Amino acid sequence: MKEFTYNITDENGLHARPAGLLVKEAGKYNCSVTLKSGDKSADAKRIFAVMSLSVKCGDSVTVITEGADEDNAATSLKAFFEENL
Amino acid sequence: MLTFEGKGIQAGVAIGKIKLWQKDAQTVKRRHIDDADAEMHRFSLAKEEAAKRLSALYDKALVEVGADGAAIFDIHRVMLDDGDYLDSVENIIRSEEVNAEYAVAATSENFVSMLLETGDEYMMARSADVKDISELLIKILTGADSSIVDDNELMIIAAEDLAPSETVQLDKSKVLAFVTEKGSANSHTAILARTMNIPAIIGVKIPDDCDNAPAIVDGASGKVYINPTDELREEMEKILAEEKSRRLLLEEMKGKDSLTLDGKKIKLYANIGNTKDLVLALQNDAEGIGLFRSEFIYLGRDSLPTEAEQFAVYKKVVQGMGDKKVIIRTLDIGADKQADYFNLCREENPAMGLRAIRLCLTRPDIFKTQLRALFRAAALGNLSVMYPMITSMAEVKRIKAIVKEIEEELTRDGIPYKTPEQGIMIETPAAVMISDKLAKEFSFFSIGTNDLAQYTLAIDRQNPCLDEFFEFHSEAVLRMIELVVKNAHKAGIWAGICGELAADTTITETLLKYGVDELSVSPSRILSVRKKIRETDIGNINLK
Repeated sequence: MKEFTYNITDENGLHARPAGLLVKEAGKYNCSVTLKSGDKSADAKRIFAVMSLSVKCGDSVTVITEGADEDNAATSLKAFFEENL
Repeated sequence: MLTFEGKGIQAGVAIGKIKLWQKDAQTVKRRHIDDADAEMHRFSLAKEEAAKRLSALYDKALVEVGADGAAIFDIHRVMLDDGDYLDSVENIIRSEEVNAEYAVAATSENFVSMLLETGDEYMMARSADVKDISELLIKILTGADSSIVDDNELMIIAAEDLAPSETVQLDKSKVLAFVTEKGSANSHTAILARTMNIPAIIGVKIPDDCDNAPAIVDGASGKVYINPTDELREEMEKILAEEKSRRLLLEEMKGKDSLTLDGKKIKLYANIGNTKDLVLALQNDAEGIGLFRSEFIYLGRDSLPTEAEQFAVYKKVVQGMGDKKVIIRTLDIGADKQADYFNLCREENPAMGLRAIRLCLTRPDIFKTQLRALFRAAALGNLSVMYPMITSMAEVKRIKAIVKEIEEELTRDGIPYKTPEQGIMIETPAAVMISDKLAKEFSFFSIGTNDLAQYTLAIDRQNPCLDEFFEFHSEAVLRMIELVVKNAHKAGIWAGICGELAADTTITETLLKYGVDELSVSPSRILSVRKKIRETDIGNINLK
């Protein structure tokens, strides 16, 4: 299991567009990808679940990858967050 | 004449006929099915077809409204593939032994209520997306295809709400404006209206008997007039004509250099007051941001913005402008314009009171937080910092001491930053008089002509009784500008103007003759000033 925490700086938060991109990105990996924000968590491969976390600018989220390609997934998702959010 | 008032979400005037948009009333019937596998197969085929249509809509929107407007169809494709959504449809088909249309409609309802329950305005607006993809699926399943009215007439589209898949199928060249009953500033109709740059109003229900009635939409005031009077029509036609000439100017001047006939390149920048104006600045082809008023970050809230919050805003602005320059003015707040949490005392004369740099120097905690955020953001792009209301060298010394402190703190804490170019506003007669000395301490000057005129002429611009004494082109102020530019150039730095005078094309020649290097104006004025610059031959100007 791999995890990292990221602080959202995009002023719109995790809105539909980056959520869509995130779901696509997470979908590239076989491992499970879970997104945690506060006491809620969601499967990062499911867009409505991700959106319903209502992640806002300034919120911190934790991304947990678990499975065979968890290392790869964690590295590229981290880069994804830094670039898009 | 009937008048309706709603909320304007995109300014502009449209004159034309109202076209009431009728959504095909989809009533989904619940039907018992015997073969769940066959029904699932039917659903899969419909889903494939829907994905294909969304791709086609994406391509169409990409050409018509660009990547930003088209992105929604890409998101819809992702939504169509959502595991929870698909699980729910399958679950309903199999457990309730019902038809796919019904399963889709029921799923849609559940998802909509889930999104509405978040209580978050943005997420609530997304429920329209769920409805849209669900309606698309149902349409394909029932074989009832959309009947998009395609009149050959220009029209003002009035609807309860418009789904992205509906708006994209409209012939954009025929739509004058959007008026919807529902929707929000985040809705797709709003985004589309902004991209297409046509007026849009939400919160107005046009009565059914107004179909085809002549109407006027005024996006700026949020008003819709049905059967307008001739008087109003004339007035609006005038506004429309002005808008049209502005657009022609845009087409003519966009992408051109701000170069005088004798080859001097002028930096033509925009004044902006929040991140939303950034779009306007870019739309009007600003070459940079000459004055970014940072006050909005502080106003309309209960406590001081944190360093992280400020950094996020500055980051967005510098990155939004690419490699173009962004000059951010540090906090310019005083007793006349403040938030309660500053706890400033009431003053008899706030214009001459504890404001701008004076407030920052007496409250170094506030100043340091802003500087740290600015210096950090400077590492990410072409950012400059500008200090307002300077009157003495003693202030300069104090500013520099604080800058040194935050640089040491950031270095010590290993936080990445870059020392940005720093300049000052010249807006007091005192700064003008010592501009030779100030020029040696900074990288640029920006003359704030509004305050400079007020302080020089001792005329309160808020007092209408003094209007007869106020000269827009006061010789006293013009001579000050000339002196400041001369002193700047002597020290090898540039000097610009960010006040009202910068946008006044009747004085542009004089300013250029003085050697002004930069003009920073409100976004809507950029292109007319550019036109004036390109018509000016500095060598041939004879000042009276």
